[in-house]
Amino acid sequence: MIRYILRRLLGAIPTLFLVVTVAFFLIRIAPGGPFDAERALEPTVLANLNAYFHLDKPLYEQYFRYLGNLLQGDMGPSFFRRDFSVHELLADGLPVSMLLGSLALLMAVVFGSILGCIAALRQNSWIDYTVIAIATFGITVPNFVVAPILALIFGVALNLLPTGGWGGGHPANLVMPVIALGLPQVAVIARLIRGAMIEALRSDHVRTARAYGLPTRMIVVTHSLRAACLPAVSYLGPAAAGLLTGSIVIEQVFGLPGIGREFVNAALSRDYTLVMGTVIVIAVFVLIFNLIVDILYAALDPRVRYE
Amino acid sequence: MSDTQTDIQIDELDLGTSRSLWATAWLRLRKNKAAMASLAILIIYILIGTFGPMLTTHDYDNSYRDFTREPASLQLYPPTEDILPSAERVITRARLQPQSVELDGDILTVTATSSREIDERVTRYMDRSDLFANTRVIEISPDNLTVTMQSDVQRYRFIFGTDSNGRDQLARIVIAIRISLLIGAAATAVALLIGVLYGAIAGFIGGMVDSVMMRVVDILYSLPFIFFVILLVVFFGNNIFLMFIAVGAIEWLDMARIVRGQTLSLRRREFVSAAEALGVKPVSIVKRHIIPNTLGPVIVYTTLMVPKVILLESFLSFLGLGVQNPLTSLGVLISNGSRDIQGTPYLLIYPSLALTILLFALNFLGDGLRDALDPKDR
Repeated sequence: MIRYILRRLLGAIPTLFLVVTVAFFLIRIAPGGPFDAERALEPTVLANLNAYFHLDKPLYEQYFRYLGNLLQGDMGPSFFRRDFSVHELLADGLPVSMLLGSLALLMAVVFGSILGCIAALRQNSWIDYTVIAIATFGITVPNFVVAPILALIFGVALNLLPTGGWGGGHPANLVMPVIALGLPQVAVIARLIRGAMIEALRSDHVRTARAYGLPTRMIVVTHSLRAACLPAVSYLGPAAAGLLTGSIVIEQVFGLPGIGREFVNAALSRDYTLVMGTVIVIAVFVLIFNLIVDILYAALDPRVRYE
Repeated sequence: MSDTQTDIQIDELDLGTSRSLWATAWLRLRKNKAAMASLAILIIYILIGTFGPMLTTHDYDNSYRDFTREPASLQLYPPTEDILPSAERVITRARLQPQSVELDGDILTVTATSSREIDERVTRYMDRSDLFANTRVIEISPDNLTVTMQSDVQRYRFIFGTDSNGRDQLARIVIAIRISLLIGAAATAVALLIGVLYGAIAGFIGGMVDSVMMRVVDILYSLPFIFFVILLVVFFGNNIFLMFIAVGAIEWLDMARIVRGQTLSLRRREFVSAAEALGVKPVSIVKRHIIPNTLGPVIVYTTLMVPKVILLESFLSFLGLGVQNPLTSLGVLISNGSRDIQGTPYLLIYPSLALTILLFALNFLGDGLRDALDPKDR
């Protein structure tokens, strides 16, 4: 197992390298530069700025310099917010996004599996249809519609929660962003678990367990749920990516100082180093999540063995 | 929907004649109420997108400066009690002193004086307002200091209200539906073309080429692709053509996988071997035998891809990276609406409803088509 994890980690290096390279050159061949946005600078000032950030060197030299610094763990200074290094900006934004993302993921797993199980156990009852309706709604309605509508209902009409802002991570400020971020994932997981659970309940080993007279709770929890959560587990990898992209919108709507908003602003202001920093962090997250999912898969399904 | 019942009814419909796959699928689809309702809604949307912009009474990019942020209602604007004060304001702006302002039906008669000579062109001040049109001078005193003018009062309805620039929300939603549908169709076409060709080639050639091509797809899957699309759109300008490419380029991966899987199984079928034995060129085999036979699942995934594409476009537009002013899409409208939910909630609600209904219809139709074309896949 440890050998498998090591191999996967090694295998992630080329992917990460690819991400860095594509992102680097994609940004650089694009028109515009980080110092365009301001009032036209004096040519000498501009030349000095370019020289200071090594932007006057040939592209390949900049690329190798960036790679070299990156390997030493240095992502460089932010071009646009010049008092900060990329590290500092990421250190500010990342905890916000991670808190949001992990709460939303927790919500997705807990509510998704509970709803999915209940629906499967009461197939074709009104509970089942309600869950299916919720799931269809959650999958179809995009979170950039859900988020403002939630803000409209709970923030404006009922005046229960703040409509936006971080508020130092106050729980009240977190409720709506987490719900808006987690709802689509709850929907997908509930649907996956429901489908797999119905199948698992019909399978031979569950019928045998029933025949032996095992209590229903044991049949559901020990014998069915384990098989039924496999598709949901393999969905968690893409779900992590979904949470990261979803949080771009959520951070925008609720005005939260997370990494997604940082990324969009950095891209708009041609902040090369900050864009690279956010892309790398996000790519690392996606890769780690895919690995965790594969390991979980092996732990849950004894037929899957990684050599 | 139960299968046996459907089949019995189908058999009663046309005994004796053989039914093609498509005829069977259509009969099955017709039994699916949700899918048929979705199809009807979709046709309505397409009609709105095609002819709606010609039918709306307002232009989507026309700003009525006098009517910004008017709430959605059936009321006529301006309200009758507002006409006279507005008229007086306009006259004052023209540096005239209003003497009498009278409203008779839709005709406004104004008598005004000035300390200086009045030029006949003063009517333009009236016409410049959104409220009045066809202003004409009825009478002008010999000393040119008093004028009587008549104007037609323009009255509008803004069923869905107006935005902060005074643009009619209904007209904007209609044009947004057109844009969203167009992007959905065009980007899907791009994804379809790349995905089907890529998948068919990989599956047909097989071996090393297949593994390399599929490995590329795997790597692309593991990339945070949406971030590259955002970068692409941010850096190369907000042009709709680029949106097609960007969105199409991200969505082709699933299609490539599905088509490759189908091709791999088709590859071993007798009719392909027969064609090969007859010396048909590989290109022709892919064209004549492989691609037509993958059509069923491809159609299903295409219908399911359209809502994804529309969603992605709306997502980009929501972030301000997609369609640009004065043109608009549902994502832009929702984004604008979410900016001031306190003051103008109707600007958020109507476009959100329009997008949600469209997405529901497309998803239900896709599910229905899957059930109809591929009944064993349930």
